[in-house]
Amino acid sequence: MTSTHVYTVNHPVGDFIRGLLPAPWAAIANGVLAVALMCGLVTVVAIGLIWLERKVCAHFQARLGPTRVGPFGLLQPVADAIKLLMKENLRPRTVDGLAYFLAPLLPITGSFLVLAVMPFDHNIQVMDLSAGVVYVVAVSGLGILGILIGGWGSNNKYSLLGSMRSGAQLFSYELSMVLCMLLVVMASGTASLREIVLSQQGTVADWWIFKMPVAGFLAFALFMISSTAELNRGPLDLSEAESELTGGFHTEYTGISFSMFFLAEFVNMFASAGLGATFFLGGFLAPQFGIGPLDHVLMLVPGFLWFFLKVLGLIFMYMWFRWTFPRLRIDHLLSLEWKFLLPVSMANLLLGATLVTFKLMIP
Amino acid sequence: MAQEPMAGSMELQAGETNPTGNIHAGMTPGELRAADAAHDAQGRPGSETFRLPPGFSLRGTGADGSQEYFLNMGPQHPSTHGVLKLVVRLDGETVVEVVPHLGFIHRAIEKMGENETFVQYIHLTDRMDYLSSHINNLCVCMAIEKAMGIGVPERGEYIRVMVSELQRIQSHLLWWGAFGMDLGAVSAFLYGFKEREKITALFEELCGARLTMNFFRPGGSNADIPDGFLARVQEVLNDLKFELDEFEVLLTKNPIIRERTLGVGALSRERAINYGCSGPVGRASGIDFDVRKHDPYAVYDRFQFDVPLGKNGDCYDRYMVRMQEMRESIRILEQAMASFPEGQYRSKEKPAYKVPAGSYYANVETARGLYATYMVSDNSFKPYRIKSRSPNLSNLSAINEMASGGKIADLVAILSTLDLIIPDIDR
Repeated sequence: MTSTHVYTVNHPVGDFIRGLLPAPWAAIANGVLAVALMCGLVTVVAIGLIWLERKVCAHFQARLGPTRVGPFGLLQPVADAIKLLMKENLRPRTVDGLAYFLAPLLPITGSFLVLAVMPFDHNIQVMDLSAGVVYVVAVSGLGILGILIGGWGSNNKYSLLGSMRSGAQLFSYELSMVLCMLLVVMASGTASLREIVLSQQGTVADWWIFKMPVAGFLAFALFMISSTAELNRGPLDLSEAESELTGGFHTEYTGISFSMFFLAEFVNMFASAGLGATFFLGGFLAPQFGIGPLDHVLMLVPGFLWFFLKVLGLIFMYMWFRWTFPRLRIDHLLSLEWKFLLPVSMANLLLGATLVTFKLMIP
Repeated sequence: MAQEPMAGSMELQAGETNPTGNIHAGMTPGELRAADAAHDAQGRPGSETFRLPPGFSLRGTGADGSQEYFLNMGPQHPSTHGVLKLVVRLDGETVVEVVPHLGFIHRAIEKMGENETFVQYIHLTDRMDYLSSHINNLCVCMAIEKAMGIGVPERGEYIRVMVSELQRIQSHLLWWGAFGMDLGAVSAFLYGFKEREKITALFEELCGARLTMNFFRPGGSNADIPDGFLARVQEVLNDLKFELDEFEVLLTKNPIIRERTLGVGALSRERAINYGCSGPVGRASGIDFDVRKHDPYAVYDRFQFDVPLGKNGDCYDRYMVRMQEMRESIRILEQAMASFPEGQYRSKEKPAYKVPAGSYYANVETARGLYATYMVSDNSFKPYRIKSRSPNLSNLSAINEMASGGKIADLVAILSTLDLIIPDIDR
């Protein structure tokens, strides 16, 4: 990787549009552009991931998955969405109206807000906050809140059990996830997501997963486990737990309000994998191996494509977990977090601090 | 946010009757409360004398302000595998008591049998334990043969053993898949079904049916095995041996499965005997009882096979017993195929089966345990009375003892390792 490479903040398209308009309108155009792009991205991501999940799951199970709707069944998620939208949005008589209505909106809001600080490329990012990591941790809690009040407001015992489980599970797993992020923040010396990516410039060995001996990889593994729990995905999908709680927190939801939870799960998965890529795998940076010609070829691929490739790799791992492992029991799950993951990530943080203090990084 | 009482909760509204109790239906809330209070005076929940009454009473608010509650699992629930309803008394996630409610799919099969001829009754037993339909058929045929002194040619006996063992493997494969799915490993379900499909295809070739077979007849079977059948069975078994090793890697050695099954839902040998548990459930608790070994029928006494036994009677033992049983069945099948005789598959068919007066009993080992037919005849073409002893009801009766004190997830694991077939319980 050549140090002469300049990572500009502004995107030429944005500059062009802003250039067309006078100053106050330019700011508004900026905002509208960002929101439109985010909405488009979320739609594409959700549709793509639903298709991918169905295909990956099918091939794990020696099936073909959707093949009929569109080429390779690519339009299947669209058909799914139409079906969900056409369904009557039932509202059981005994639910708590406000909580029941509000709950599906919160998780999707949370994942939107996380995407707002995600550096898709060096010049594609809605907002680069200097305390980006703190912001991410704060807004991702909205998803938990949605599940909690959805389960409570549904006035169904399965939902209640599911949401209480997720309350216990998500709050505890957030701890070890934050500790893993903290390690990278400590090593890179910044809490801005863009700066964290830029701190990994160089070859592949400069990515935080490899650069910190042992600690980096351990943190990455811990991050993957705890983010699986955060995403409510199998084998840690206890709040949904189909075979025990029928549908868990979303038992009473149907139609569009169910699809909001469903959508949030996939967008969350994307956001979470995006964070993993940003923190540990060099985000939008092209992988460089220190081999001149190869590196030049890899640099030709735009940064956002690298970002999406890395994200897809991590998402595949999430799907792999889900379709391979059996579900844990709630008490095993909590003891795994409090007796194993949390102490290990604490120790890992200490190890990382030692490495940073004595500059024991891989050069 | 004020909430109305949860659907199905035990708080009674004016004009409503108790939703889970049947005997107290029609009582006014005041009468119910009085009845509950009278019952409570006899024994508090958890005490030795306490029995859950039809008008279920809950323990009052605990010292920490916690309350027990009821959860109706089923009749529509993914893990009850049919229309079984479990009323579960819960303390948070912990199961305090489980009461199964039966009868949702009761069809009075035994009563219907009184209006069918003896041979017509055979097909009704398909509809009991539909995963062991061949073996159920066999039991009825054996009872008729005993009654009328019908002999079975050697080839017919070999066909019976082979088909029974294929059925056992088929049933256990489905159980394995469903077990994986109940514990959250959804892919296992498809793997189990993929293997099961091969055996189902063999059955389809044999008798045209895939689930409700109606294949065995008094004196043998409905038809001979088709050409090249044995070679195809061997092919399936070869695949299966490989797949079983894979299954072991996938679930048996999985640490999550071990953690969720080891020590969960333990049933001691004495209690298992008292409940009348048989089959893999009984054998996992250490009851060395297998009809094939201890009251051999057909030609089971000619083959070498072991009866796998468990020690602790927990979910893991029940799992392991079934896994080993599949390998034992493969052993039996291979021995049977090696010495498969030529000759007739059925002794001479009778135009009608008029069973002499008396009572007759035959028992077999299905994939789930001891299945027996008790037949009373008054010297006519139709049975005077028929009674089936099916393994599932007895196995289910142990569920409260196994599940109380565990978590909801344990209850699901226990239900899964009991391998219940609900139409067999309700009949």
